Amino acid sequence: MIRDIDLMIVGGGPAGLMAALAAAEAAPEGAKILLCERDEALGGQLVKQTHKFFGSEKQHAGERGIFIGRGLSDAVHAEAKIEVMTDATVLGLYEDGIVTVLNDDKHLKFRPRKLIVATGASEKFLAFPGNDLPGIYGAGAVQTLMNVSGVKPAERVVMVGAGNIGLIVSYQLLQAGVDVACVVEAAPKIGGYLVHASKLARSGVPIRTGWTVKEAFGDQELEGVVLIRLDENFQPIEGTEETVYCDTLCLAVGLSPLAELLYQADCAMTYVRELSGAVPVVDEDLMTSVSGIYVCGDVSGIEEASSAMVEGRLAGFAAAKALGWNADLAQAEIEKAREELNELRSGPTGARIRAGIAKVQERREGSC
Amino acid sequence: MLSQNGIPTAEDLQQVMPSEERLNKGPVAIAECFQCIPCNPCSTACPVHAITVQPDINQTPVIDWDRCIGCRQCVAACPGLAIFVVDMAYRPDMATVTIPFEFLPVPEKGMKAQGLSRAGAPLGWFEVVEARQARGNNLTWLVTLAVPKDLAMEVRNIKAGGYRNE
Ligand SMILES: Cc1cc2nc3c(=O)[nH]c(=O)nc-3n(C[C@H](O)[C@H](O)[C@H](O)COP(=O)(O)OP(=O)(O)OC[C@H]3O[C@@H](n4cnc5c(N)ncnc54)[C@H](O)[C@@H]3O)c2cc1C
Ligand code: SF4
Ligand code: SF4
Repeated sequence: MIRDIDLMIVGGGPAGLMAALAAAEAAPEGAKILLCERDEALGGQLVKQTHKFFGSEKQHAGERGIFIGRGLSDAVHAEAKIEVMTDATVLGLYEDGIVTVLNDDKHLKFRPRKLIVATGASEKFLAFPGNDLPGIYGAGAVQTLMNVSGVKPAERVVMVGAGNIGLIVSYQLLQAGVDVACVVEAAPKIGGYLVHASKLARSGVPIRTGWTVKEAFGDQELEGVVLIRLDENFQPIEGTEETVYCDTLCLAVGLSPLAELLYQADCAMTYVRELSGAVPVVDEDLMTSVSGIYVCGDVSGIEEASSAMVEGRLAGFAAAKALGWNADLAQAEIEKAREELNELRSGPTGARIRAGIAKVQERREGSC
Repeated sequence: MLSQNGIPTAEDLQQVMPSEERLNKGPVAIAECFQCIPCNPCSTACPVHAITVQPDINQTPVIDWDRCIGCRQCVAACPGLAIFVVDMAYRPDMATVTIPFEFLPVPEKGMKAQGLSRAGAPLGWFEVVEARQARGNNLTWLVTLAVPKDLAMEVRNIKAGGYRNE
């Protein structure tokens, strides 16, 4: 049986949750909005972010990520126009507009009039000898063990990557009572926010910029790593090797957009380094090259929860407008969201994102 | 250097220090926030509007120290845990430093805790004169240590655990 619905949202992170709430705000009684999340609970990355967030008050700055996620999830559950399906992985988008979902061992089929993809991102990995030893994890996995499952994931960790994720997860490891031997960063400068770096520094964790992991060693499981210094061209400097003993190596070397569904739907994609991978080519309403398919959040370029939420609102109202729901409200809200995004991205830390979005824009214009 | 190891230099700090005259008048906030990031909860938290992040949220905070009453609301609000309140008028020879703290166990009033520098180096054992938790879902603790005046601009963290009961 194929169920006809008005709008489907794939992914229940901050972007998808805000998209659902925005669309519901514009939707008439009886509208059918379905949100599918593959996890057991809504919240996406926010379920494990125990630290206070940046941004402005509009994006809940100063609040802890977990509470922001909980607030958004509660609002979505309380909204009668939104049907929530958890444990529901969206598997396929077909040319005829059919979307297939695996839920509770059942294979369900939907035909949504509009679709918003908010699937987030996946972690990158790093190649070096010994990287398959037990004890080497992505930072996200360690964070889930610690903050969702309440398991102390290690005794002594070496963190690779001084971006925000590496810095924040290191701090949370300290909070869990884990010894963080050092944070290693190949670049000559810290990539994450310096206030996060200073928190680690004053807890005695050395941040070693210009270093990388040469190899990991251990008999049955990880026992330590060999670090090596890099020159300005990121080439290892022979003779600078240093051994650090640890039972866990944590990789926080970046995320890339989780865009499989967009490839399936044949959305035009383009590789943009500043957005951390291949991203969909979108218009100002965040609609992809396939009419009726919208994106928001990390899947359209790795950024932040604050911008993911605002993009979610933009995509939600854009889809509502396209569905003919309360077009005046939707248009006004779309413009507000665009302004908020501009504000968030206006500073020096937003320069990379601005450059990335400009490239996407160029490629869109080049193609039509 | 700050951008390489997370430790602000003396020059960095000089830019965000109140005058000696103001310091000697009583508790005052110091924002050790040196990078333009999209963030402004410190300014929205201040009850007397002493902190501005202008013209947009990507600027670093500017504190009007003549307005600041040392209430510590911004210390609790700052997601970067970058604001400290220093009171140089605490005692003739002693100052207090209020530090945002997010580790367990939390030291109690009257205990002695080990103070750490911006590089995490131990600077001695200092009396906890106050420890309270920020309201609601904020959860950050504000721990105030009494330190000799010459360490008031050095002590910026507390070693979690191993407190002395004296
Ligand atoms: C350690 C760490 C710290 C961070 N700190 C901050 C911070 O301080 N401030 C800030 O603004 N941001 C922060 N972020 C970034 C922020 O968490 C992300 O940018 C944000 O969560 C992106 O939101 P999203 O909705 O796009 O994706 P996600 O939160 O990743 O949500 C995507 C959701 O889609 C679901 N999904 C994926 N594929 C499918 C499918 N096929 N079917 C159904 N469901 C699917 C996933 O299960 C997930 O729940 C941090 C991130 C990390 C990892
Ligand atoms: S200590 Fe109080 S008065 Fe002073 S800047 Fe902070 S919030 Fe404002
Ligand atoms: S809240 Fe903290 S990190 Fe944010 S701008 Fe203010 S001082 Fe800086």
